[in-house]
Amino acid sequence: MPENLTGTVGPEQQFKNFLSEGKFMIQRCKSLNQFLFHPRVAFPGSGERDLEWVEASGNGVVYSSSCNRRLPEKGGDFNLSLITLEEGPRMMARVEGIDPDKVEIGQKVKARISSLNGEPAVIFDIV
Amino acid sequence: MDQNDINRLRGKTAVVGLAESGCGLASGWSAMEIMATAVHDALDDAGIKLKEVDGVFAATAFHSMAAMSLSEYLGVKPKFADGSQIGGSSFLSHILTAAMALDAGLINVAVVAYGSNQKSAGGFKTISEAMPYEAQYQPRMPVTAYALSAKRYMNEFGATREDLANVAVSARDWALLNPRAYTHQDGPLTVNDVLSARPIVDPLGKLDCCLVTDGGAAVVMTRSDRAKDTKNTPIYLLGAAMEHHHRMISEMPDLVQTSAIESGKRAFSMSGYKPNDMSTIQLYDAFTINTLLFLEDLGFCKKGEAKELVKNNNTGPAGNLKVNTNGGGLSCVHPGMYGLFVTLEALRQLRNASGDDVGQRLDGGWIDNARLSVAHGNGGVLSSQVTNIWGVSDTL
Repeated sequence: MPENLTGTVGPEQQFKNFLSEGKFMIQRCKSLNQFLFHPRVAFPGSGERDLEWVEASGNGVVYSSSCNRRLPEKGGDFNLSLITLEEGPRMMARVEGIDPDKVEIGQKVKARISSLNGEPAVIFDIV
Repeated sequence: MDQNDINRLRGKTAVVGLAESGCGLASGWSAMEIMATAVHDALDDAGIKLKEVDGVFAATAFHSMAAMSLSEYLGVKPKFADGSQIGGSSFLSHILTAAMALDAGLINVAVVAYGSNQKSAGGFKTISEAMPYEAQYQPRMPVTAYALSAKRYMNEFGATREDLANVAVSARDWALLNPRAYTHQDGPLTVNDVLSARPIVDPLGKLDCCLVTDGGAAVVMTRSDRAKDTKNTPIYLLGAAMEHHHRMISEMPDLVQTSAIESGKRAFSMSGYKPNDMSTIQLYDAFTINTLLFLEDLGFCKKGEAKELVKNNNTGPAGNLKVNTNGGGLSCVHPGMYGLFVTLEALRQLRNASGDDVGQRLDGGWIDNARLSVAHGNGGVLSSQVTNIWGVSDTL
């Protein structure tokens, strides 16, 4: 392991490893007291490296949403949204448990860890 | 460095030749063959010999090192080359880089080129890698990204799908006047046609999305002192600026404000002209939402008001704003990276008004007395924004 890389694997793999353990973790910059997503090696724009992993509350609000049309034999239509997390950062995810074209901006959502194509994934449900 | 130094590029270079090649369907031709043909045609248009080319600028979705591949294919040994890939706006940034290299004396003749055979080769082509933290959700990029922006735009400003559809209707009306447009023979569109088209990613339907065609294009640039002596009307680069704030749509700071706000401000400032001085407005309309965003972000109206600007075909041939006068990416041509076609139309309008023969249009397709054009390029998912301001000699 090169000396300037801290931790056994990089932030992207750490995030995936946490998901595999059933945990939705995001990073927090200690000196700025700000959260960030997606995971990085330093805070974007200013470069602080004192990042720690914290468990996300899972609470969020739909920032925008789309209904992706797909043939039924290929799995049918699906939702794809941008979610603003309670902690501040935004992420792409799917909102499930509702018709994919019925997800509206401003709706409150809650994260759970599910799987997509055999990989663990953060999915949101309408609260 | 003060603003005068930054603005030293104003009017220092000009396009002296242009061409397109293989637009529509070019079955049996490779992307390189289409691109190289456009370069040779543009040099013929300029009356400049291939052996004089010493600057090569290119990007495609088919070549990882496009400038090098094109130079080799042409048999050119460039003293400066740039194959920067920032999506469909690449060529408008190549024009800025070419202007810098020409002004610095590194090169004397630059070609900026693009080519694609995506349609005849099977459909939309990209060499974009999968985006981390997005790919597992399987977005239909790039459409999903633009749909997310459109949905947010409609929510924030009370815009409707009809407002988006107005953009497509005007674009088609321009295409009906342009025999080169892919949809020239297809007849007009109604708002209802757009609303009832097959949904792709709600709120965008098929007619909110650009065409998928083949095609290539090229322009030839020189310093202005030489441009005066070429056989066509030189069109001068008066302003150019670029900016980008994100690569992934999930990282876009605000889905309804693009970095065209910044690129436009600086490009207009360099040119010494204002948005309302523009005789023609050429915007990268990969999707209907683009035209609304860029009209606002470049300063043609306030944020949220473009839906009023595009009503009643005001951006069509009979309207007050001459927007995407070739028919745009929506109705003229879109081989995957449309930026150089935005540029070509900005230049052609100015050359036609100056008396050059740059092709035939039906009545109203050419803008009388056009002196200034803005060409605005977009790349990625509303990511890279590049603005070029072009003018005829009396605007210098």
